[in-house]
Amino acid sequence: MLRYLNGDALSNFPKLRDGMHRDRAAQFRDRLKWEVQVDAAGFERDQYDDLNPLYVIWEMPDGTHGGSMRFLPTSGRTMVHEHFPTLLGGADIRSDHIWECTRFCIAKGAGANVAAALMLAGGELMRAFELTHLLGVFDARMVRIYKMIGASPQVLGSSGEGRDKISVGLWQFIHTDRAKVLRRAGVSSDMSEYWFKRSLGHAIKRSIAA
Amino acid sequence: MKALKLDPFLSKLQEADALEKIQDLIQELRETLAIDHVVYHWVSADGEQYGYGTYDPIWVQHYIDQDYLRVDPVVLGCFQQFHPVDWKRLDWSHRAARAFRKDAIDHGVGNQGYSIPIRGPNGQFALFSISHSTDDESWARFTAENQRDLILIAHFLNQKALELEKDRAPEPIRALSPREIDTLTFLAMGYSRGQVADMLEISEHTLRAYIESARFKLGALNTTHAVARALAEGLIVVGGASRAAHGNWPGRRSEKNAAAN
Repeated sequence: MLRYLNGDALSNFPKLRDGMHRDRAAQFRDRLKWEVQVDAAGFERDQYDDLNPLYVIWEMPDGTHGGSMRFLPTSGRTMVHEHFPTLLGGADIRSDHIWECTRFCIAKGAGANVAAALMLAGGELMRAFELTHLLGVFDARMVRIYKMIGASPQVLGSSGEGRDKISVGLWQFIHTDRAKVLRRAGVSSDMSEYWFKRSLGHAIKRSIAA
Repeated sequence: MKALKLDPFLSKLQEADALEKIQDLIQELRETLAIDHVVYHWVSADGEQYGYGTYDPIWVQHYIDQDYLRVDPVVLGCFQQFHPVDWKRLDWSHRAARAFRKDAIDHGVGNQGYSIPIRGPNGQFALFSISHSTDDESWARFTAENQRDLILIAHFLNQKALELEKDRAPEPIRALSPREIDTLTFLAMGYSRGQVADMLEISEHTLRAYIESARFKLGALNTTHAVARALAEGLIVVGGASRAAHGNWPGRRSEKNAAAN
């Protein structure tokens, strides 16, 4: 199931929180060989985790972390602007209606539905908070995963080659994509909306203003 | 509870030349929305605070006397957030918080509330809140229907407060990126989004992100407003002089067509 948690609420879910930081270390340091900071406890954390971001976490049936990602509005400090400005292709995209999505992480052994469920959550945030776009940083492997899920971003810029390629891309909410993503995630529309409401107490508006 | 008319409010806000005018605007907003209360609450990086709102002055004084700032789940819960929060979602489990809530309702604050946190520059923080007495369902419908407008209001109120705040250097206008300048320039020249995307060799989808970013930086309501502001502030120049000055930019291609018309 999906949980939407602000940084300051993570302490209420220590198992999910610790699993997320441990799985991030496994993905970004061990598998992708990114130069990330991992502390003595084996947790990968960075300065953006201190800005009280909004996390979306997939909770496994046994209560452990299955996958997660992290959001911050581009009107404030973001990783894209501070670490990958050249990948924005000359644009300096800033808006409180455009959020940055980083640290998209899938736990080892998590099912194929988890990546789709996280994409679904991104779409729910866009619908609920009337965001126009999500701006993301992702590695080469994710390009294929996004495509398979049916929610490919528009790539603004990339650096590196092959497996080491890192890209910045934009997602826009597309209704037909949502149906596809729901199927991939194996989640009903009502269930997804219920999960959102339970976490954030805010119904997702059904009708989109013209 | 009524739907909002954004334009008249924002044009009045734009004209406001003193912090005190914010109070009048907030009162008007309450009338327009037909809800119990509207409050704008500012906390600076060094902890200084002030607010404008429609609460009973007795409640405001009582709040200060009781030092409720240290208890109030709305302030504690919204601090450092960046998305709107329905008050029901806040942590009311502590005894002090529950006592505070009862006290607030007794003073006419209302049983429902909704706050939009705003993170400004240098640790400045503000909260724009509305509250009312009604049932859960009506409140959910009202906040959902007006959410986008309320977010815009909160943002513009804070921009205005930053601008008018004494002893505070105005926030530097965030520069438009070259891509955003191109985008607004071509739109101002009358090109369609499709044409502009084509000229910049990007998708319309990416173009929309550039437009949204430019709108945000200019504090504009929509695309037309963003173009108007950019022109008014001289950030973009449209016309013969600019074409001559900029050399072989894509807009030149249209000169022949323009002459033919």
